[in-house]
Amino acid sequence: MVLLAVSFICFLIFRFTGDPVLMLAGKYATQQEREQVRVAYGLDRPFHLQYVSFLGNALQGNFGKSYISQVDALDTILERFPATFELALTAIFISMAAGVLLGVVVSIRPQSPLSRLIMAGSLGGISIPTFLMGILWVMLFAVYLEWLPPFGRGDTIQIGPWRTGFLTLEGLKHLIMPALTLSGYQLAVLLRLTRAGMREVLSEEYIKTAWSKGLSPFTVIVKHALRNVLIPVVTIAGLSFGELIAFSIVTESIFQWPGMGNLLLVSIFENDHPVIVTYIMLAACIILVINILVDLLYAWLNPKIQYG
Amino acid sequence: MIKKMLQSDLVFSFVRDISAITGAVLLVIFVICALFAPVLAPMDPYDLTTVELADSLKPPAWMDTGSLSFPLGTDDQGRGILSTILFGLRTSLMVGFSVVVISSVLGIFFGMLGGFYGGILDAFIMRTADTVFAFSTTLLAILLLGIFDSRNIWTVVFAICIAGWVKYARTIRGSVLEVKENAYVTAAKASGAKDFRILFKHVLPNALPPIFVLMAVDLAVVIMLEATLSFLGVGVPITEPSLGMMISIGKNYIYAGMWWMVLFPGLTLILLVVAINLFSDWLRDEMNPKLALRS
Repeated sequence: MVLLAVSFICFLIFRFTGDPVLMLAGKYATQQEREQVRVAYGLDRPFHLQYVSFLGNALQGNFGKSYISQVDALDTILERFPATFELALTAIFISMAAGVLLGVVVSIRPQSPLSRLIMAGSLGGISIPTFLMGILWVMLFAVYLEWLPPFGRGDTIQIGPWRTGFLTLEGLKHLIMPALTLSGYQLAVLLRLTRAGMREVLSEEYIKTAWSKGLSPFTVIVKHALRNVLIPVVTIAGLSFGELIAFSIVTESIFQWPGMGNLLLVSIFENDHPVIVTYIMLAACIILVINILVDLLYAWLNPKIQYG
Repeated sequence: MIKKMLQSDLVFSFVRDISAITGAVLLVIFVICALFAPVLAPMDPYDLTTVELADSLKPPAWMDTGSLSFPLGTDDQGRGILSTILFGLRTSLMVGFSVVVISSVLGIFFGMLGGFYGGILDAFIMRTADTVFAFSTTLLAILLLGIFDSRNIWTVVFAICIAGWVKYARTIRGSVLEVKENAYVTAAKASGAKDFRILFKHVLPNALPPIFVLMAVDLAVVIMLEATLSFLGVGVPITEPSLGMMISIGKNYIYAGMWWMVLFPGLTLILLVVAINLFSDWLRDEMNPKLALRS
């Protein structure tokens, strides 16, 4: 249902923003040439027929060709997919691991200087926009210290259709700053969420019972407390996936990362509508799938919820 | 009236909270700077008669080649950084406040409609809201602006509002569902009050506190979003001053060691957002709604 709605909106965009005929035939085409293009691309048919054929083609993965490069739009985007996927995966991993770990540390010793430092950092994390954070990293590590490369993806290795940067040292070095940038905001959010959850759970009766039984701190904190805190944390991490895609656009633009986000921005500047529309549909699919996965994961983590 | 206000709990807790005061004072300073930018700024960075290309890429005044007429240096066009920041603040705050007001009104309207009447209308509004929410405000705003042919401040405001009303609608709908069950609403219905009157006289006032908090939090988010959009090149056009745009231009010069073009607008942006966050943190604790998260 949602996908259908999105596809309809995409179609409207496709059809009514900018004149596709003008795009395809070029500015200097004669009236006759324009008419030819209109017939050739089926743009002379009634509105609802056009939508049905758009939908049919979309279901087969055919979103038309890029106006600029004349290459299949879906292929163009999918070619960029591995770069974005690797970046996003690393960022999610960093924000989940560091966010939960730091959140636990802060909730155990709320008054220690380290915790105060972490909390101040997390305020920074939500107050500094992603793009600024990325540039500040570049200024520090690439321009001032000259430790890390400022842009690009480094050496990559092609494995089948997948081009990976995980396997070379250069590729990993290029990954560090973009991944840190992308994970920054979510890390701060997850940290705050973990802290809030842990503070609540740690004061509950069953935790007191666990302590008084003489269980080791590790068992009490990780096995008894953290488990209950993780449910909302996982949910939020999954549901903010749309935000992650958005920030990947920003991050890729700063670091000239050859991913889907960068492609989208270039397409926006060039008014390359087929690529933009394909990107939107793809993003909608990914978000939908992630939402379903989170729902299932939720049921698995919390046996009280059942889908009948 | 004023005396009564000054004695309220809200004011009492405000004057005792140092970080809330810091935030509010900073925010007031920023607003004044933005309002009086034409008076305060050493030059008008968008008046072509005063901008000299010869003045471009000057460092801040305290450095060797800096000049006193440009306290924080200049950018690649010879515009003073300080002046551009002051004018950029105007854009940030204007977009910020407009979006917060418009999207909260939209959200309140749709949220109340759905929550009060329920049924298929509610289902439609909330499914739309879910979809918008799943896409996230940032992504939707980027995509919307991506397909607009021309961009100005108001298209930016429009795009962020389309993407941003959802939070308000969800919050107000929750409150309406809760308030609706109260005896005084039933009483009002029984006494023959019109739906409109019930909604605005009885339901809305009780559903407002969480909305105020959300607006405060949202202001910071929107200002960051506007900067992000302008940084990406899909926000306000080049002819308008914007902090995000300044940073985007300055980014090209950091490898040449010209840090002032990024750092000063960046710091302004961070300070502005921190100020709002400090204030909204206090507001949230004070009104204590069930808002665990920023979205």
